[in-house]
Amino acid sequence: MSTLALPQAKSLTPTPKTRMSPWRAWGLIMLAPYMLVFVVFVVYPVLYGLWLARSPSNYVALFDDPIFDNAILNTLIFLFVAINLKMIAALLLSGFFVNARPWIKWLSVLFILPWAVPSIPTILSVRFMLNPEWGVVNQIIFRLLGEDGPNWLNDRWLALSMAMLVHIWKSLPFWTMIMIAGRLAIPKDLYEAAGVDGASKVQQFKYITWPSMKQLYLTSTILSMIWTLGDFNSVYLLTGGGPADLTHVLATIGIRYLRLDQINLSMATIVSSMPLVLPLVYFMMKRLSR
Amino acid sequence: MKNVVTEAKLLLIGIPVAIWTLLPIYNLFVFSISSKDEVFAGRIWPEHPTLRNFETVLREQHHFLGHFWRQLGNSLLIAIAVGVITLLIATTAAFSISRLKTRGGRTVLNLALFTYFIPAAFLAVPMYKAMGVYGLLDNQWALILAMITIASPYAIWVLKQASDKLPFELDEAARIDGASPLQLFVLVYLPLMAPSLVAVGIYALLLAWNEYLYAFLLLSKPEDITLAVALGQFLSADDSPWELLMTTGLLYALPPAAIYYVFKRYMQTGLTAGAVKS
Repeated sequence: MSTLALPQAKSLTPTPKTRMSPWRAWGLIMLAPYMLVFVVFVVYPVLYGLWLARSPSNYVALFDDPIFDNAILNTLIFLFVAINLKMIAALLLSGFFVNARPWIKWLSVLFILPWAVPSIPTILSVRFMLNPEWGVVNQIIFRLLGEDGPNWLNDRWLALSMAMLVHIWKSLPFWTMIMIAGRLAIPKDLYEAAGVDGASKVQQFKYITWPSMKQLYLTSTILSMIWTLGDFNSVYLLTGGGPADLTHVLATIGIRYLRLDQINLSMATIVSSMPLVLPLVYFMMKRLSR
Repeated sequence: MKNVVTEAKLLLIGIPVAIWTLLPIYNLFVFSISSKDEVFAGRIWPEHPTLRNFETVLREQHHFLGHFWRQLGNSLLIAIAVGVITLLIATTAAFSISRLKTRGGRTVLNLALFTYFIPAAFLAVPMYKAMGVYGLLDNQWALILAMITIASPYAIWVLKQASDKLPFELDEAARIDGASPLQLFVLVYLPLMAPSLVAVGIYALLLAWNEYLYAFLLLSKPEDITLAVALGQFLSADDSPWELLMTTGLLYALPPAAIYYVFKRYMQTGLTAGAVKS
């Protein structure tokens, strides 16, 4: 953290004892708009939601619903497979992008595009690419192999894998940028010294790069888990939860219950995912308020 | 010789990376310049590229696109409103917490951060319900207020980090000169914070422009919805004109991409530095 509190700064300002100083009054006035937003649009909705989900029978109904059980499994797969793949790819790709070449500079500008572009058009584009009859992917498969490609979004595991790929496609650029920033912060002379000592690339990674990046890597992974838990678009816009509601994740199934007018189950879903969310949030809060 | 090998290795990574990155965007583009018949031919490049789709979209010549300009305007107005109001709320809050050291400021910051870390998709359902109670459903203010709620916590945090870096001697000097808190805020603080303010304003603006989930929950009338929701509605019919959907999607994707590249420098120093601290 950049600053600790400055205790002496306070004592420098003589505060009149009788009434509130304009400094303190303005402090409260300027904090008020956010407090208002927070109370009206966070505190009240959350309390109201918890009240709606208060009955234990909601949770019984929820866990009896096979679609919900599948959604939990899918979410866990999403978190462990997609995020690890993404973070490892980001870590390795950052090593590629720190090479100083003009064409790599240009490539890095293009590489940001998936992150810079809104997700709806590109996810729908992927959806059309995967169409079994006229999508470009199966056309290519047919031309190369002379066989029909699979029906990508009509099989549970294929569809879930595609949703994970879309998620990775969209957020890989962001995490690669973070990892590049991390790599650039490592002093260059460490590598020069290692090079003089005859250390191989693998050894350099193991003894210089990784030790200085592992904190960043861990924080990024946790933060990415939180964000991925809330990734509604990758699943909803690609598979719509299908086939047969088998690819829902926690972020989409709550909305599914809402659309079926089962608001209690919808809220119960959110409450049920808190054991997954809160430890991650706690970790991030700890890290950021150090 | 060693150089050639290194370059070849780099290319061996670079080419797949380029293909992976561009494929969905390229497909989007090809759809938008293909006629209805050619969309289903699955060619790498259409035999007769055409701008006809753009004409159809811009002239609202299809029943899916009856309100294209209106919806584009909705997206724009909502994004600007969210950007401006978030900036107002977050800047005053960050100033109060960081410079005026308002009692309880630390707690407010932690509450904001907590909100930031609860995935927005989970807050959507209670928010939807509360908007119903407030009578704001189908009102664009519902979406604006919801997006402000989601954008402000991170905005406050980034601005507070940037604000802590300004020297405290400035405040002392201003106080000794008899400046009021408001004068300190407007004359000293805002100019010094300008780069971060740009970053945060753009962040909130893009967040609102790109938002799909909240927009489709909170708005439903064809003349109220944003372009994002309109795009999603193409999926409801089996015989949708995919080439027009992709054309509209391309038009929808261009402004945020352009803004991102124009303000890239601000965004990267202001936001990625704040996003992850190790």
